[in-house]
Amino acid sequence: MFDGLIDLINSPHWGNTLPFIRRGLALTLYITFVGVFFGFIIGALAGFARLSKNKIIYGVATVYIELIRGTPILVQALFLYFAISQSFGINFQAVTAGIIAIAVNAGAYIAEIVRGGVESIDKGQKEAGRSIGLSSSQTMRYIIWPQAFKRMIPPLGNQFIISLKDTSIFAIISVGEVTFLLRQYVSSTAVTFEPYVMLSLAYLVITIPAMLILRAIERRLDV
Amino acid sequence: MIKVTDLHKSFGDLEVLKGINAEVQEKEVVCVIGPSGSGKSTFLRCINRLEDITSGEVVIDGESLTDPKLNINKLRSQVGMVFQHFNLFPHKTVRENITLGPIKVKDMNQEEANKLATQLLEKVGLSDKADVYPASLSGGQKQRVAIARALAMSPKVMLFDEPTSALDPELVGDVLEVMKDLAKEGMTMIVVTHEMGFAREMGDRVIFMDEGKIMEEGTPSEIFDNPQNPRTQTFLSKVL
Repeated sequence: MFDGLIDLINSPHWGNTLPFIRRGLALTLYITFVGVFFGFIIGALAGFARLSKNKIIYGVATVYIELIRGTPILVQALFLYFAISQSFGINFQAVTAGIIAIAVNAGAYIAEIVRGGVESIDKGQKEAGRSIGLSSSQTMRYIIWPQAFKRMIPPLGNQFIISLKDTSIFAIISVGEVTFLLRQYVSSTAVTFEPYVMLSLAYLVITIPAMLILRAIERRLDV
Repeated sequence: MIKVTDLHKSFGDLEVLKGINAEVQEKEVVCVIGPSGSGKSTFLRCINRLEDITSGEVVIDGESLTDPKLNINKLRSQVGMVFQHFNLFPHKTVRENITLGPIKVKDMNQEEANKLATQLLEKVGLSDKADVYPASLSGGQKQRVAIARALAMSPKVMLFDEPTSALDPELVGDVLEVMKDLAKEGMTMIVVTHEMGFAREMGDRVIFMDEGKIMEEGTPSEIFDNPQNPRTQTFLSKVL
């Protein structure tokens, strides 16, 4: 029993997985940052579209948001990487497909965060802005958006963490992110325990500090 | 200065204003009184088109609010509005609350705008509060900053929508003092209020509204001492 434990502690696989963790995590973080960055742009546009009085703009955004929120990201990634590339002859690199999938997926959730943030600001703020002669877009830019953005920070942080974890499903389309590399390690060595412990730790090393930072920001923002 | 002709306003099926005719001269202080739900706030909000007008006409200084060519932002910058709930910008300091409009709408430079803010804060008795955020102010102080913010645009007319209704009773006086100073300086003012003392003392004219109509109007002494309309009589007997 103890021999087994000592063997496990002394196992060479802890150290041997490290280069894969490092390399995979770098790509995981890259896909997450770039994906969420574009997701924020898409989300802001779709969020404002949802606030639009124009029925067509509102309708397009609503369809996008509900389609994405109503299907699993795994299916979205498969659809993008296999179905779209085959049917339209567009050959995505796997990493590009991953970034697009994160951007499109996070964009739908961020759109609702943006809409909710803007709607949460008291309408008296808008009236006060308009009554001193600010235009509608100036009122948004100087009055509503700064207040709404502050309220959006905690849910945006959560979405970042969710998207980070979502990148793991890109192992299925052979994106060389951390889950993919560790699965390869498992299949070439037939060792399972150490690699998967290390894989879990790899995510936690990012997510736990991210959550702590987020909580600190929330306290400071007092939201 | 302001001419309102047969103004109607509906929210869906609910008709809130049923044909308002009124005129306000330059430098005149008009107080609008009446029970809740009588349409007096809506009437005020139609004057700077925070509410769209259903039918009728409002003309301010020769410009019609329903003219499709009207630059509504420019017009609003000349009509100051003070709200019941202050609506200060919580993410901006008191000074920034006051300077935002002059800088963004009137292209005033920062230095000039700051000087203006200093003057206005002095006027409303809050010189020491320029760099604090609204959250640290009392209700009465907030409302005085809101008045300073509106004055920063050098408006031709000031609209007050129940400016003291959300205040603790002991804070009402300071706000009313500032309003009295303004009236004495010759500011054109329309004040929707429940402060009958203010209406009697400062109003050049008092308008009594009920059920979306102007029921009676006249000088304060005509309205308060000798009301003709039975509804005015009932209302005043309840509030005085």
